[in-house]
Amino acid sequence: QTDWIKTGTNLGVEKVRLAVPDFKAGQGSESLSAAFDQTLWNDLYQAGLFDLVSKSFNPTQAPGQPSEVELNTWGAPPPNASMLAFGNINVANNEVTVQGWLYDVKNPQTPQVLGKQYKNGATVENTRLIAHKFADEIIFRLGGGIQGIAESKIYFISTRTGHKEIWAMDYDGSNQKPITHLGSIVLSPRASPDGARVAYSWMTNGWEIGIYSTELGRSVNFARLGGTNSAPAFSGDGNRLAFSSSRSGDPEIYTSDISGANLKRLTNVKGPDTSPTWNPKTNAQIAFVSGRTGLPQIYTMDVDGSNVIKMTDQGYAISPSWSPNGQFLVFAWTRHYGPGAPGAQDIYIMDVASHQWVQLTHDGGRNDFPSWAPDGRHVVFQSSRSGREEIWSMLADGSQQTQLTNSGANSMPNWSSK
Amino acid sequence: CSNKKPTPPPAAPPPPPAPAPTATITANPNTVNAGQPTTLTWQTTNATDVTIDVLGSVDPNGSKQVTPVESTTYHLVAKGSGGTQDATARVTVSGGGASQPDEISLSDQQAFAKYVKDIYYDYDAYTVRAADQAVLQANANFFKQHPNIHFTIEGHCDERGSTEYNLALGDNRASAAKNAIVQAGIPASSVRTISYGKEKPFCTESNEQCWQQNRRAHFVISK
Repeated sequence: QTDWIKTGTNLGVEKVRLAVPDFKAGQGSESLSAAFDQTLWNDLYQAGLFDLVSKSFNPTQAPGQPSEVELNTWGAPPPNASMLAFGNINVANNEVTVQGWLYDVKNPQTPQVLGKQYKNGATVENTRLIAHKFADEIIFRLGGGIQGIAESKIYFISTRTGHKEIWAMDYDGSNQKPITHLGSIVLSPRASPDGARVAYSWMTNGWEIGIYSTELGRSVNFARLGGTNSAPAFSGDGNRLAFSSSRSGDPEIYTSDISGANLKRLTNVKGPDTSPTWNPKTNAQIAFVSGRTGLPQIYTMDVDGSNVIKMTDQGYAISPSWSPNGQFLVFAWTRHYGPGAPGAQDIYIMDVASHQWVQLTHDGGRNDFPSWAPDGRHVVFQSSRSGREEIWSMLADGSQQTQLTNSGANSMPNWSSK
Repeated sequence: CSNKKPTPPPAAPPPPPAPAPTATITANPNTVNAGQPTTLTWQTTNATDVTIDVLGSVDPNGSKQVTPVESTTYHLVAKGSGGTQDATARVTVSGGGASQPDEISLSDQQAFAKYVKDIYYDYDAYTVRAADQAVLQANANFFKQHPNIHFTIEGHCDERGSTEYNLALGDNRASAAKNAIVQAGIPASSVRTISYGKEKPFCTESNEQCWQQNRRAHFVISK
């Protein structure tokens, strides 16, 4: 892989050799401890930061307390670990308590890097949440201060209830549940940076923008603009929205505040202009898709509409998403496109400054709607490679591609901080 | 001992033949000026399926107001297990400048379905094809004769490409058709446009024949 992705997404950093034995399960906590161990392992694996010691290499006796740890057995082959995460899980009067430690195996005098205790109602979901929190603590410490995503959410569109509504799930595909019940066609869910709102476009005798409040559990109002209003996207500071509107008779990019007032029109060219995404770091640029020269291409412009720069120059390029550090765009591209026998549609990553790009997916099907995770290292996208439209996630260098949904007709994923 | 086989019960008598359906239909008044309504009234017996050619399937007994554009014979068919029975009612429409009724009469919908045609687009394009200019002109002429009809032009796209881009492309397609209709003299206020992108395909196979079906501007009477 070209190194500019590695450095930009700090996926190139040397992986930490980490041992994560099952936590010592106290009386009556067997079912919860299985969910805990599986979630913790999966979160640490998905982070793409660790060379995880396979559990078969672990010494038979897993430590439950610091006093039970013999660092040399973990530092020596076969585990050869440089870091050890261990602890215990107990259930008493309907509460689950987890104690977890992170030890630096190579530093026997002061090995403890991290020690945490969690307590919650004894349910599987609470136990998974504890595992997510502990995993994020480890990721933050060992990932050089990057924010873990174990507690992040992914919004997406599903037709399971018979028509397209917004659904939400944990970042690892668990806990999938419907969010909107609008009973019409809902598209393009996009979470605000703080995860408190989800903007969307819905059919209500014409396409209008809607805003769902995750705190209130219902939609709050947004101005009706007339024409086709679609593809809303929050600015990096969460104060403004960019979207496509054809209220002037041709689909153009507009920005507004989050109630739909203070409208500003940014583009003024015949043909489709849509799918805006803000540079979340600067809030001063917007990437978007335009059919002004024929097939859709990706452009960037300043937030007042000036300084338009064409980023792609061939095929059919759509659905851009700007990385949290402002350095990259991921988007869907069919580079060899033409009637009759179009090429495959895959996810690509492009360095905004140099326009250098790399293809990330190579596994067939139609891949679309990539969306960056808050950690700037993961991307979620939609793919039909399994024969049906499903949601997948991967690391931003294209590795660790994982299928998250499997009920068919799931699309337009958007990664939310919480 | 021989066991006597019980004699089978006597066969049930064949069911009596089902009574044949009866049917009558009248139009009152049976002579009207163009655009004036008349009331069809019909009765049937022993009929399970009653249709009137203009109204489609109807209740066994009922009445309905219709506004024929030209003289029309309403043909009722009553079907039952005992066979079928026809009945007709003739309405004569005399000339004269009758005022156009506000609500869209049945025959307007019929005429709309017959005369107003959709148009189709090339790949990823929203400009009206040369051949379709004549179709839009013919549509405009129809709307000139039926000024009371308000209609919607839906923009549709084929399944490829992204959901968001196709929504915008569909909007351009609907507007392109509307602009041609308005240039041909139809007031913009009687034409609404809406894009369905690739959300409401007319066919779902993944081949060029079906894709072409879906790249279209679709005309629909606004309710």
